[in-house]
Amino acid sequence: MKVVLKLIMVLALLWLAGCSSTGGSKSDGVAVEDRSDSGAAVTDATTTGVDGYGNLTIESLSDPNSPLAQRVIYFAFDSSEVAEQDRPLIEAHAAFLAANPTVKVTLEGHTDERGSREYNIGLGDRRAQAIRRMLEFQGVSPNQITVVSYGEEKPAVDGHDESAWSMNRRVELVYAGH
Amino acid sequence: MKKITLSLFALLLCASWLARAELTIEITQGMDGAVPVAIVPFGTAGGVPPQDVAAIVSADLARSGRFAPVPVQNLVGRPVETSQVRFQDWRTLGVDNLVIGKVEPVGGGQYRVQFRLFDVYRGRQITGYSLPAPADRLRYIAHRVSDLIYEALTGQPGAFATRIAYVISESANGKKTYELQLADSDGHNPQTLLSSPQPLMSPAWSPDGAKLAYVSFEKKRAGVFIQDIASGKREELSAFAGINGAPAWSPDGRYLAVTLSRDGNPEIYSMRLSDRALKRLTNGPSIDTEPVWSPDGRSIVFTSDRGGSPQLYRIPAQGGRPERLTFEGNYNASADFSPDGKTLALVHGANGKYRIATQDLDSGRLHVLSDGSLDESPSFAPNGSMIIYATESGRRGVLAAVSSDGRFRQRFSLQQGNVREPVWSPFEKRK
Repeated sequence: MKVVLKLIMVLALLWLAGCSSTGGSKSDGVAVEDRSDSGAAVTDATTTGVDGYGNLTIESLSDPNSPLAQRVIYFAFDSSEVAEQDRPLIEAHAAFLAANPTVKVTLEGHTDERGSREYNIGLGDRRAQAIRRMLEFQGVSPNQITVVSYGEEKPAVDGHDESAWSMNRRVELVYAGH
Repeated sequence: MKKITLSLFALLLCASWLARAELTIEITQGMDGAVPVAIVPFGTAGGVPPQDVAAIVSADLARSGRFAPVPVQNLVGRPVETSQVRFQDWRTLGVDNLVIGKVEPVGGGQYRVQFRLFDVYRGRQITGYSLPAPADRLRYIAHRVSDLIYEALTGQPGAFATRIAYVISESANGKKTYELQLADSDGHNPQTLLSSPQPLMSPAWSPDGAKLAYVSFEKKRAGVFIQDIASGKREELSAFAGINGAPAWSPDGRYLAVTLSRDGNPEIYSMRLSDRALKRLTNGPSIDTEPVWSPDGRSIVFTSDRGGSPQLYRIPAQGGRPERLTFEGNYNASADFSPDGKTLALVHGANGKYRIATQDLDSGRLHVLSDGSLDESPSFAPNGSMIIYATESGRRGVLAAVSSDGRFRQRFSLQQGNVREPVWSPFEKRK
């Protein structure tokens, strides 16, 4: 009974993820997957019922149409608050990880270059911990998650202005081998 | 076994004690009232030594900002012995002080450096020394000569025969390389201690100057290491889940303060190095990091955003109630104590600019010293005269130094790559 309930929750989350992401589009120029097909993938999951777990395999990570294809979450300056629009994305990853307890994820926290380096390590850690708590709250086991903060040491974009900084304030979800 | 593999690994990484491109120094803001001084090229009867000692001394004194050595072509004589000095001539030149000396081979690849410092107006010798020097240590001995002259003239020990450690990052063919390097305080003799494809951070000198603690991400996670500079041997001291960062040595060398997030939040701990016993010093939901010990070892200053923005706080070294130290501006972080313990250097952020400032601990007065917009990582010279820090020039990371009164500035640049996180060594133990 418990399992069924959990499954319903997971599927509901996935469905939510699919729905809300079709509408939302980030304007920051990030390479975002084509989300128009993600609804279809989710439909498959709901119709196959209990076997839906089978669709949430490691292969989903390689599917550019899967909601799991987006693995970067961006933050405001000196903030570790997750934007409302990013919640469905995190919920999709949570559902996937909860359904695949052997899969492990590393949450890499990053900041922009402003301010001191070790404080930025702290800030990157705080961002990654915020995502960790959301994942765990949705049933992901703590031992599936590793948190590493790189602070400002590994910028995604080199540059000394807000256009670079906004791309560097981020948490990356890294699945080994993907 | 683990230790052996680690040191082997270190040896492999250090196999390249590469000679690197040197940091070149440019004085970017001169100082009014620098004292004119004449440094006569040293006599080299018996063979030309591998280093021009007088030229090194002259560059050192100019770099301090407090002296203005007379250009060699303007000197009014080339005395080597006291008997050859005609004080009247040097008075005409308008210099207060005169340095003469000689470098002589004494056999077996050894030299002897002798120098004398004169008060030109009184026509008297102020000080004079004779220093033995192996050929490969001549440059170092020249810096020692500068130290002795500086001390005789200012009453403050010189910090020329010291070193700086720093981190370099370079990108080539889409690959990043991080290097932990050491150089003399004038940028010469750069040596690579560690090279890694993953970030290296936060070098910190042991109080005896023999070791460096640092953070390495070489295992795709943070670890705090201590490396013996001479042998290259190292140990990983801290490899907990999450942050292992911001190492800082206690003045007696027995403890290392570190930042760990193993309990879910960045907190400051002190680790007893003899048995790695940990004591947690902070506790709360804020980011607590960047610990530094006061020179008397009694307290620790750190960065915390417990008040809403990053500010500096002080706690007793054994832990206790934090006292907030900084109030001006919305960002004050990355503290370093002056050697006398009376002043903090820090990164001060206001109006979107991050600059180096000092704060007097008694009065609380803040004094902004640098003029960049992304300045960071201040570190005092062991005599307190200068603060070295990281800044930007032409979109690249370079090092800069400013006198602790802010009147004199210089820049250290590399031909390529980004230099950052400079830390000035303690005084070298005299051998």
